[in-house]
Amino acid sequence: MSTPDEPRPRRRREPTYLDALTFALDAAMDEDPRVIVMGEDIAGGAGTGEPFEGQMGGTWGVTKGLFAKYGPTRVRDTPISEAAIVGSAVGAAMAGLRPVVDLMWASFAPYAFDQIVNQAAKARYMFGGQAQVPLVIRMSVGAGLRAGGQHSDSHYALFAAIPGLKVVAPATPNDAAGLLLSAIRSDDPVIFLEHMSLYRLKGALPDSTAGIPLGTAEVARMGSDLTIVTIGASRQIALLAATQLALEGIEAEVVDLRSLRPIDWDTILESVNRTGRLVLVEESPAGVTISDAIAAEVNERLFGRLKAPVRRVLAAASPVPFSPPLEDAWLPTAERVLVAARLVCDRLPAGRD
Amino acid sequence: MTDEEQLEGLLAMLRIRMFEDRVRTEFAKGGMPGFVHTYSGAEAIAVGVIGALEPADLITSTHRGHGHCLAKGAPLDGIVAELYGRETGLCKGRGGSMHIADFANGMLGANAIVGGGIALAVGGALASQVLGDGRVAVAFFGDGASNEGVFHESLNLASIWSLPVVFVCENNGWAESTPFSYASSVSSIAERGVAYSIPAVSVDGTDLTAVRAAASAAVARARQGNGPSLLECIAPRREGHFVGDPEEYRGREQADQARESDPIDRLAEQLVARGILSAEALNAMRKDWSGQLDRAYEFALAGPWPDPLDVERYVYS
Ligand SMILES: Cc1ncc(C[n+]2csc(CCOP(=O)(O)OP(=O)(O)O)c2C)c(N)n1
Repeated sequence: MSTPDEPRPRRRREPTYLDALTFALDAAMDEDPRVIVMGEDIAGGAGTGEPFEGQMGGTWGVTKGLFAKYGPTRVRDTPISEAAIVGSAVGAAMAGLRPVVDLMWASFAPYAFDQIVNQAAKARYMFGGQAQVPLVIRMSVGAGLRAGGQHSDSHYALFAAIPGLKVVAPATPNDAAGLLLSAIRSDDPVIFLEHMSLYRLKGALPDSTAGIPLGTAEVARMGSDLTIVTIGASRQIALLAATQLALEGIEAEVVDLRSLRPIDWDTILESVNRTGRLVLVEESPAGVTISDAIAAEVNERLFGRLKAPVRRVLAAASPVPFSPPLEDAWLPTAERVLVAARLVCDRLPAGRD
Repeated sequence: MTDEEQLEGLLAMLRIRMFEDRVRTEFAKGGMPGFVHTYSGAEAIAVGVIGALEPADLITSTHRGHGHCLAKGAPLDGIVAELYGRETGLCKGRGGSMHIADFANGMLGANAIVGGGIALAVGGALASQVLGDGRVAVAFFGDGASNEGVFHESLNLASIWSLPVVFVCENNGWAESTPFSYASSVSSIAERGVAYSIPAVSVDGTDLTAVRAAASAAVARARQGNGPSLLECIAPRREGHFVGDPEEYRGREQADQARESDPIDRLAEQLVARGILSAEALNAMRKDWSGQLDRAYEFALAGPWPDPLDVERYVYS
């Protein structure tokens, strides 16, 4: 994978982001028999009825072992029918289950858009609070795998624009586990976005299954000179940039949004109120992004405190290209975060953009 | 099919197989970005169906689209350069293997969205009907894709409007790790035609002459204005879902079985037995194509990368 990551410690047995997802699914299934998981190839080699060694456990192996442990009633391979998978999960959630759907790539979610946007998201509101849709839809997001236009979308802003959905994008193994547990326990539909460049990232898992509240950001690094707000894998990029900035005498505070809807305004506003400078990093095509919404909110609430215009580091305004040099140019990078950070801190040599 | 057509067909199938063998080798060496799915084993389908078409006819393809591309006449250099993401590729490096297209030859795109091309072919047929230009459109898709809602909607729409489209299901028995027998309510995709009043047949997709005969009938029907057909071609998946797939979900025996009926060996043996083809001629064909592949790889790897400053080019007209 080519998206920059923190240097990964290579100690054996240290769990990865993928392990964290498995841990949370297992814990949630164990504590609540209403939790079922469904999706294409999530058991793998379906139809034999019996668990066997070579089962795929989904594209990334997250559900490996769950079929053997919980059986075909609760771990369900589906046909390639995204609309029916999500729609039936919405209905099952209304009728008392707590389904977790694995949609594989976020680029496949548009097939299920009606089910997500019109059914899952609106049911509670339209029916005057009668309906409850405790549903989690997991999907892999992100560019950098040379997978091209129809396998690289993140759709962050698209999902976050929909009232009724909760949207999370964990960036560490700890958050992946904690947020997935909370998402499954939530009585609202949650879109769970996993950036593929993070899957092999190592880190500690939570000691408990308490979960991490949805709607909370995390300060990934403290600093006093500027605030960098990140989404998903952008956290890794920003932390890299922050290390370099520290060498230049700039202390950046990195705030990992974690929850894209609802947004933790308190944490963001508190930080920007202190630093007076804001850079936003998001792997979404420039145009209409979550960063735009945050910039607008900060502008309205903290205009007098800002020492420089807010800057955004976004992806290019195009579908994700296949060709490596184009894809590299498309992605937000640590270098671009550095440039933006120096700009808002007034540290660029005059005459340079 | 005449003897000549069968020889042509054999050659076309051989080209696809050798192309895919080479892709596997080169992919394993590294340097080919992304991921690729091979068409090996299904050659008789692309060659048989596209052989029944006119050059101006349209096709839509899948993530497993190299075979369709080659059979439709896409230039080899442009295909290989696309797999390497070069500016000289068919899509100028923007698409890659899963999104390869050649509009000049009526190939309206591979598709990394399963089922994504089915309705597009219906649209191609709609254009033909409205413009009255006599073109036929073909949608290629897998057995797995026939479980997408858009498959069913497309058949219904094509049926009520009597559109000149042929739906060609390449049933290889698997969708990634999920067997067809588990995921579908029918034992043959052809059974689905009746729900939409569309004539449907199921043929052995490793038998070039059988595929060609069925395709010719369906194409003729479409061209005469009599509406769509559904053609199921059964050809077991010889290789992994993608290049590098460990395939732990299917046993050795199942994988071996899938290689039993080889469309190329099968036809070659027949032609040799009938004295139409000699072993030497077959070898000469291989050698010639192998040389062409060498040159295409040289062309591709010497090709320029796209300019990073062009990343937002081609988004709009
Ligand atoms: C909408 C969508 N869902 C899921 C996938 C992931 N996926 C890629 S290929 C594939 C299996 C397709 O099976 P089939 O249509 O039978 O074609 P085959 O690969 O067997 O040729 C799946 C599930 C996808 N690319 N698009």
